[in-house]
Amino acid sequence: MSQELICITCPMGCHLTVEKVADGELSVSGNRCPRGVVYAREELFAPKRTVTATARAARACSGEAACAPSGEARLGGAPRRVPVRSTAAFPKDKVPALLEAIYALEVELPVESGKVLLADALGTGIDVIATRSIR
Amino acid sequence: MKEMRFDAAVVGGGAAGMAAALEFAARGLTCAVIEREEQLGGILMQCIHNGFGLIEFNEELSGPEFAERFEEKVRKTAITPLCSTTVIEMEVEGEEKVLSCVSSGLGVIRLRAKAVVLAMGCRERNRGNIRIPGSRPAGVYTAGLAQRLVNIEGYVPGKDVVIIGSGDIGLIMARRMSWVGCKVHAVVEILPYPSGLTRNIVQCLNDFGIPLYLSHLTTNIYGKDRVEGVEITPIENGALMLEKSFKIPCDTVLLSVGLVPENELSKNMGIEINPMTNGPYVDACLMTNIPGVFACGNVLHVHDLVDFVVEEARRAGAFAAEWLAGKRGGKEVRVKAGPNVRYVSPSKVAPARDNKLYLRTLVVKNDAVLEVKLNNKIVRQVKKSHVQPSEMITLTLGQAELEAAASAPDSVLEISIQ
Repeated sequence: MSQELICITCPMGCHLTVEKVADGELSVSGNRCPRGVVYAREELFAPKRTVTATARAARACSGEAACAPSGEARLGGAPRRVPVRSTAAFPKDKVPALLEAIYALEVELPVESGKVLLADALGTGIDVIATRSIR
Repeated sequence: MKEMRFDAAVVGGGAAGMAAALEFAARGLTCAVIEREEQLGGILMQCIHNGFGLIEFNEELSGPEFAERFEEKVRKTAITPLCSTTVIEMEVEGEEKVLSCVSSGLGVIRLRAKAVVLAMGCRERNRGNIRIPGSRPAGVYTAGLAQRLVNIEGYVPGKDVVIIGSGDIGLIMARRMSWVGCKVHAVVEILPYPSGLTRNIVQCLNDFGIPLYLSHLTTNIYGKDRVEGVEITPIENGALMLEKSFKIPCDTVLLSVGLVPENELSKNMGIEINPMTNGPYVDACLMTNIPGVFACGNVLHVHDLVDFVVEEARRAGAFAAEWLAGKRGGKEVRVKAGPNVRYVSPSKVAPARDNKLYLRTLVVKNDAVLEVKLNNKIVRQVKKSHVQPSEMITLTLGQAELEAAASAPDSVLEISIQ
């Protein structure tokens, strides 16, 4: 029995046709690179997604402007969120728990892009890193 | 008023602007990048999702990471970044272009340059552009504005969301809003196929069970002070099925209904705009009708990938540097969008060298053939397993295909999809 999948590894979006050959073995066609085969295997047996989100920026009070009362509309100026991502695709069923952990973070500024904010998240061996330097 | 003078000025400090500027710096030319935001990076700074840089860096980065890599390169050169600075007018004065700018730090600047690269990017179409009937409550945002609010400013603009249009920003925002705890009730698309990348349908809608209504029009927005819901009407055989209309309650509407190159400055300067792309007409060197003014990135035509943007911007920068060195283009052949092709950019090719072309199809088709004809004679055929309007097609044509044009006057290159 064959199954149609769309590879989401990169923006190419190859249309894959996956057939189960023998026990656990897959035959994949329609992929333009070897990553399509890896994607098909993972998507069928253990789906994963890269998680991108933002964490709260804990700004140290160094002047009046930086100390605007919380809740006050403060569009523009220093960003209030630090963008983050998982360093690898994360098990799909654990994504909600990962998001909860990211939203509980408070990132001290300044921060450099690439800084590990959550090491070995939920015991997966995957880290969560900052993806923007805010100085 | 501050006077400044450079060999080249780049308008816009996003991916295109930085990539073009680096070409000037690499050739020892002086260059300013004028950016209205407080930092370089442009729209990439709010695109916190991954998928950037696969071609450029051979890895998958988020938007800010991609921008930072270019920013670091810019900082290592003699390029002058002018941030928090807006160009309000561009004029040609003899051999020079004069850019009137307003800067929060430097006040009013008159910046003179011999060459200008336009890299202003694009703007979102909004409710007025697509004329959705209904009242005018709060809670209607363009998807990119919502993206900025959520990802940079830290505000979530609502709880129950309907997204109109299936462009990539809308799809990405469907996932983003779901991940910040909102309920996305539907994505409504007027066309029979989605306008975003296929992978985004899979990972941003299917993963969250968000219904995608294809061939559906939003026929009303309800609500007095705040959005209370939208009315959706199916389209069958080109006709609105009003008796099949239904209502979706929501407090927020996001619009992802296309992007328009931001060319107000260009038009005021007298640059001719191609109505098919809403970007300037450019020759094989990416030069507009005003000598010394070049265009690249989303201000020229809307790209799907930043990797394509920087590739094009590099060529624009390199061509502009050659132009500054006194090199003038040779013979050029007009490029025509043939059957099933929406547009081809640039609109001219040079038969003496390799030319990189970008095009968009008008149709969704499997096993399509891209056909290139020079003076009605087929010079190239490329098999495409799948084409759709949201996925840009790239093509390189060189001397091998264009040789015949060197001798024939008024040659025309036509690209079609069969």
